[in-house]
Amino acid sequence: MSDETLALEVRNITKRFPGVLANDRVDFKLRKGEIHALLGENGAGKSTLMNVIYGLYSPDEGEFFIDGQRAEIKNPHDAIHAGIGMVHQHFMLVPVFSVAENIILGAETVKGISLDLRTARRRIRELSHEYGLDVDPRAIVEDLPVGIQQRVEIVKALYRNAKILVLDEPTAVLTPQEVEGLFRVMRQLTERGVSIIFITHKLKEVLEISDSITVMRRGVVVGSTTPAETDEQGLAEMMVGREVLLQVEKEPAQPKDVVLSVEDLTIHDERGVDVVRNISFEVRSGEILGIAGVQGNGQTELVEALTGLRGAASGRVTLNGEAVPFEKPRHLTEAGLSHIPEDRQKHGLVLSYSIADNLVLNTYYQPPFAHHGRRDFQAVAENAEKLVEQFDVRTPSPMVPAGNLSGGNQQKVIVARELSRPVRLLIANQPTRGLDVGSIEYIHKQIIKERDGGAAVLLISAELDEVKSLADRIAVMYHGELVAVVQADEISKSELGLLMAGSTREAMTH
Amino acid sequence: MSAEQKATSNSGQHQERGWLYKIWQQVNIPLAAVFFALLIGAVLLVISGANPIQAYAALFDGAFGSMTALGRTLEKATPLIFSGLAVAFAFKAGLFNIGAQGQLLFGAITAAAIGFGVEGLPAYIHAPLALLGGAAAGALYGAIPGALKVYTGAHEVITTIMLNYIAINITDYLADGPWKDTSAGNIIARTPEIHETARIPAIAGIPLGFGLAILAAILVWWILSRTTLGFDIRTVGLNASAARYAGIRVGFTIILTMVLSGALAGIGGAVETQGVVGRYQPGFNAGLGFDGITIALLGKTSPFGVIPAAILVGAMRAGASNMQFTAGIAKEIVDVIQALMLFFVSADMVVRWIFRIRESGEEEKITLSSGWGHQ
Amino acid sequence: MQNSYSSIPTWKYFWHRYGLLTGFGIFILALILFFYFQDSEKTIAVLAASVRHSTPLVLGALCGLMNERAGVINIGIEGQMLMAAFMGYMVNVWTGNLYIAILGGVLTGAVMGLFHAFMSVTLKLDQIIGGTVINILALGLTGYFYQTGLTTEGKFTAIPLGPLAEIPLIGPVLFDNPPITYAAIVLVFVVQFVLFRTKWGLRTRAVGEHPRAADTVGINVYFMRYANVILGGAIAGLAGAFLTLEAVGSFERNMTNGRGFIALAVMLFGKYTPLGAWGAALFFGFTTAMQTQLQFAGINVPHQFIGMIPYLTTILVLAGFVGRTRVPAADGVPYEKE
Repeated sequence: MSDETLALEVRNITKRFPGVLANDRVDFKLRKGEIHALLGENGAGKSTLMNVIYGLYSPDEGEFFIDGQRAEIKNPHDAIHAGIGMVHQHFMLVPVFSVAENIILGAETVKGISLDLRTARRRIRELSHEYGLDVDPRAIVEDLPVGIQQRVEIVKALYRNAKILVLDEPTAVLTPQEVEGLFRVMRQLTERGVSIIFITHKLKEVLEISDSITVMRRGVVVGSTTPAETDEQGLAEMMVGREVLLQVEKEPAQPKDVVLSVEDLTIHDERGVDVVRNISFEVRSGEILGIAGVQGNGQTELVEALTGLRGAASGRVTLNGEAVPFEKPRHLTEAGLSHIPEDRQKHGLVLSYSIADNLVLNTYYQPPFAHHGRRDFQAVAENAEKLVEQFDVRTPSPMVPAGNLSGGNQQKVIVARELSRPVRLLIANQPTRGLDVGSIEYIHKQIIKERDGGAAVLLISAELDEVKSLADRIAVMYHGELVAVVQADEISKSELGLLMAGSTREAMTH
Repeated sequence: MSAEQKATSNSGQHQERGWLYKIWQQVNIPLAAVFFALLIGAVLLVISGANPIQAYAALFDGAFGSMTALGRTLEKATPLIFSGLAVAFAFKAGLFNIGAQGQLLFGAITAAAIGFGVEGLPAYIHAPLALLGGAAAGALYGAIPGALKVYTGAHEVITTIMLNYIAINITDYLADGPWKDTSAGNIIARTPEIHETARIPAIAGIPLGFGLAILAAILVWWILSRTTLGFDIRTVGLNASAARYAGIRVGFTIILTMVLSGALAGIGGAVETQGVVGRYQPGFNAGLGFDGITIALLGKTSPFGVIPAAILVGAMRAGASNMQFTAGIAKEIVDVIQALMLFFVSADMVVRWIFRIRESGEEEKITLSSGWGHQ
Repeated sequence: MQNSYSSIPTWKYFWHRYGLLTGFGIFILALILFFYFQDSEKTIAVLAASVRHSTPLVLGALCGLMNERAGVINIGIEGQMLMAAFMGYMVNVWTGNLYIAILGGVLTGAVMGLFHAFMSVTLKLDQIIGGTVINILALGLTGYFYQTGLTTEGKFTAIPLGPLAEIPLIGPVLFDNPPITYAAIVLVFVVQFVLFRTKWGLRTRAVGEHPRAADTVGINVYFMRYANVILGGAIAGLAGAFLTLEAVGSFERNMTNGRGFIALAVMLFGKYTPLGAWGAALFFGFTTAMQTQLQFAGINVPHQFIGMIPYLTTILVLAGFVGRTRVPAADGVPYEKE
C-alpha cells in the first residue's frame, strides 16, 4: 500500500494532560475514500486524538502526513487548510445565528465592508443539493431538529472543501431511522472521494458501516481490524480488555402494587409550548418501566415534574396512593423517591463539598444528621465511611471534595446516596451516560437489585440497548406523548426505533 | 499534609502543625496582596512627589501610635467589620451585596431616630432597642434587592448600587427635613443628639461596639458552618441547581440571606451612631459600600478573616488623617491602596505566580456572575 | 418550529417583530407634537436637554454592549468614565486644546478597557469583581490626584449644522449640538452597522454566544474579546470626556454619580442593540430633564426625591426587562482553551 492512498496518517502521537496520558504513541492510518471507525470506551483517548488531528490540541510528540506529505497542524486553521473537517459530538453551532451565518463563520464572504450573505446562501444551496444534504440557509439553528443541525455541521465542513471528515459520536442524538439516513450520506460522501473517520462506542454501528476499525483503550491503540474479521463480542473484548457481559442477567419481574401513577400530565415550557402532552402511565413495585426516546421529546421535563423541580400545567401524580404536590422535592424524597439525575455535576453533586456532605445532600437537615438546625458532623462522617465502603467508591477519604473523583465514582456517590434510603420509587435518568464499562455494569446491577427488593423503577435512557436489556416494560416518548407502552419482550429494536421516530403502532406492519 | 494524613493523624503535635498550616494557607495570599498594594502605593506616592516612608510612618503612627490612636482604629474598624460581614455573608450565597452602604445608612438613621425620639427608657432597654431598630431597617432594605432578584431576575449588583444612591437621598432628606436638629443655632443637616441612654460607651478605651462586632463575627461563623441554614446558604452559592434538587428553597434562601446581610450592615450603622457619632449626620461614612467588598474579599469571605481585614482598613483610615496632617498627603491614596489590595487578592494567580505559591485546591469557588441576566 | 424552513415575506416579519415598538414610537411622536404646539420653546428645551443627558448614557451603553456581545460583563463603565473624565480635564489643563483633551479621555478609556480585558480574559477573574476593582481604583486615583483651582480653556460649545439646524423642532434638538454629542449619535449607527452587518460583528457575536464554536473555525477568541473590550473602553472614555469637556467644563470628585451603572440599565432596556440603547438613553435623559422642569414648575417635592428619579427608573427597568431580555449565551464566562 503506497503512501498516496493514505488520505491521512499520524505517527507516534502522544498527548499528556495533568495526571493523564491521553494518547500514548498512537499511530493511525486513514485510506482515501474509506469509512474508518475509531472505537473505544469513554476516556479511551479517541476524542483527544481527533482534537489533536483537528489542531485544537497540540501533541507533545508525533507527526502528521496528509496525502503522503508531511504537514504541520497547530490550530484549526491549519487543519481546515489541510482539508480536515470535524463534526463535534456537541455541535459547534451558534444557536441564534442562521444556518448560513454559522456555515460562513470564520470564512465569511464579503462585499466591501459588509457581509455578503446572499452569495453565501447561494453556494450553500448548491453544496447541499450536490451532496443530498438539504438545509435551508435562512433557518435559525436553534429551531432546527437535531438531525438537521448535524447536516448543517457536515455542510459547514464541505463548504471549506473538507476531504477528510471526522464525525465524533454522531449517532448519540439520532433515532435509528436518522442513523440510517446518516449512513446513506456517509456512503455518498465516500463515493465522492471524501474519507471519513467515525468515532463511536456503539459496536453494532461499527460493524454495519465501517470499512476498517481501530480500537483504543486507555490512550493506546490495541488493535486494528475489519468487520469481516470480528464480531460484537470480539470488539467489546478489545475495547475493555476482558470478557464482557453484553446482556444483563436478571430474573423475570414480579410486579405488585402500583407505586407511581401519572394521569393526564401536561407540562409547558417557558414559552408556553406543550412539551409533555397528556401522558398517563403506572409503575408497580418490583418492575422496571423504561422510557425510550431520543432526547428532547419531553423526558427531561417529565422527570423534572416527577422529582419536584418543575410544575405541571395539568394532571395528577400519585405516589404510594397519595397525591403528590408539584415543586416540593423534599416532600417527595421523604415519601420514598430516589432520583439519579441526568447531569450529575449540575444537579446531583456539589463538587466542592466533601463526599460526605454530598452523601447527605437530601437528608442533611433530618436527624441523625442535624438536630434543631444544628448539624451533627460525627453522624455525617460515620454515614460516609459506611456508604463509601458499601458502594465501593474509590477515594482516599470520604472528606475529599467530590470534584476530585472520576465520573464513574461520582455516579457511585449519587447511587450510594439515593439507594441508602428506603426506596419506594427510583427514577434513573441516563444513569450510565459517559461512564466506563465497569461502572455501567455496576449501576445496572444496582438497579436490578432495587427492583428485586420491591422498588418501582422508572428508567429513562437514550441508549436503546440499555432500555431493552433492563426494562420489563417499555414506553416510547415522542414529541411529549407516550406513543406505546408494551412488554419488553414483545417488541423488537427496529419497531422501537420506528416508534421513537414518530410512526404509530398501527402504521407498522407486523 | 494530604487529606489522608489529616484524617488519620490523632497525635496532638500533628494536629497543631495542621492547624497552623491551615491558617498560613488562608493568610498567605491576602498578606502578599497587602504587601504589593503598599508597594505600588509607595510608587504612586513617589510619582506625586511625596516620601513614601514618611507617609507610611505617619499612617502607622495615626493608627497605632498611642492608646487614643488605637481606640480610633478600633472605632473605625467596627462598622467595617459589620459591612465586611454583611458582604461576606451574602457572598456565601453567591450574591454581591454592594448595597451594604445603603443598608448601613438606614440602620444608622433609624438608630438615631430611636435614640433621640424615644424618651424615658432605661439604658439597658434603650440602647438595644436602637440597635434592633437599626438591624430591622437594614434588614428591610436588604430584602428589596433580594426580592427583586428572586422575582424579576434583576441582578443585585445594579439594584443595590441604585438603592445606595436612593438611600443617600432619603436619609439626606430626613436629616434635612422632618428629623432635622432644630436646636438653637444649628443649620447643618443632621438629627438631634441621641439620649445618653441610647449610647454605646467605650470600656477602658475599647469601644463596646467593637466587642459587638466580634460577637457578630462569631455568630455568622456559627450559622454558616454549624447550622442547616448555613448549609442551605452555601449550597445555593455553590450550585443553585443542586440546591434545588436537594430540596432547598432557593428563592427563600436568597431573600433570607439578603435580609440577614442587610441586618448586619444595619447594626453596623447603628453602632456607628450610638457608639461614635451620637447622631445621624450625612457624609459621616461615605464610601463604606466598597470598603465592605474589599474587606470581605481580603478576609477570603470568612467571618474570622473579616476581622483582621477590617482592622487593617480601619487602621489605614484612622491613620490617613494623621498622614494628611503631618505629611501633607491626600487621604485618597488610601482608597487607591485599597483598590490595589482588592485587585491582588482577587487576582491571586498573579500573586501565586510571583511567589510560586501552589494552589491548595480545596477552596470553594463562588462565582457572582452566574446570576447576570439568567434566572 | 415549522416556520423556520419557509421564508416569511419581509414586511410581515417586520410587523411581527417591531409592530409593538413602532406603535409605541408613533404614540410618543404624537405626544411630542402635541406639546410642541402648546409651548414650542419649552418642548424644545426639554428635548434638547434629554439629548444632552442621554449622551453619556448612550456612550456608556455602547461600551457595555460591545463588551457583553463579545461575552465579557463590564460593570466598571462608571470607573472608566470617571477616569477618562479626569484625564480629559487634566489634558485640557495642560494643553489648552479641547480636541487633544478628547483624545486623552478616549485613550484613558481604552487603557482601562485593556486592564479589564486583561483581568477578564487572561486572568479569568470573576468579571464582576474585576469591574468593581476598576470602579474603586478610579474613585481613588481621581480623588487622590485631583487638585482644586486649576484653570481650563472652557468647554465645547454647540455647533449648529447650517440649514439643518433651522428645521423646526428637530433642528435645534438634533442639529445644534456640541461635537461629542454628534459623535455619540454617529457612533450609534456605526456600531449598529458593524455589529450586525460586517464580518467583525459576526465574529464578535459568535464569540459572545458560543466561543468554542468560533474557536473551532479558527477565530481567535481572546483577540476578539480584547479588541471589543478595548474599543468599548474607548467609547466609555468618550463619555467621560463629554462630562468634563462638554457638559460641565471642570472636574469634580465622583462626578459620574452612577451614570455608568444607569448605562447598564440602558443597555439592557435597549436589548443589547445600539439603536435600542439610543432610544432607552433618550428616555432616561428625558427623566433627568424632567427633574429640572419639575423644579421649575414649583411642584412641592423635596429635591432629594426628584434626584432619585433616574435611580428608581433604573430599578424599574431592570425589574421589568431583565427577565425578558436575551443575554449573550457565553456572557460572563471566561473562555478556556483546553
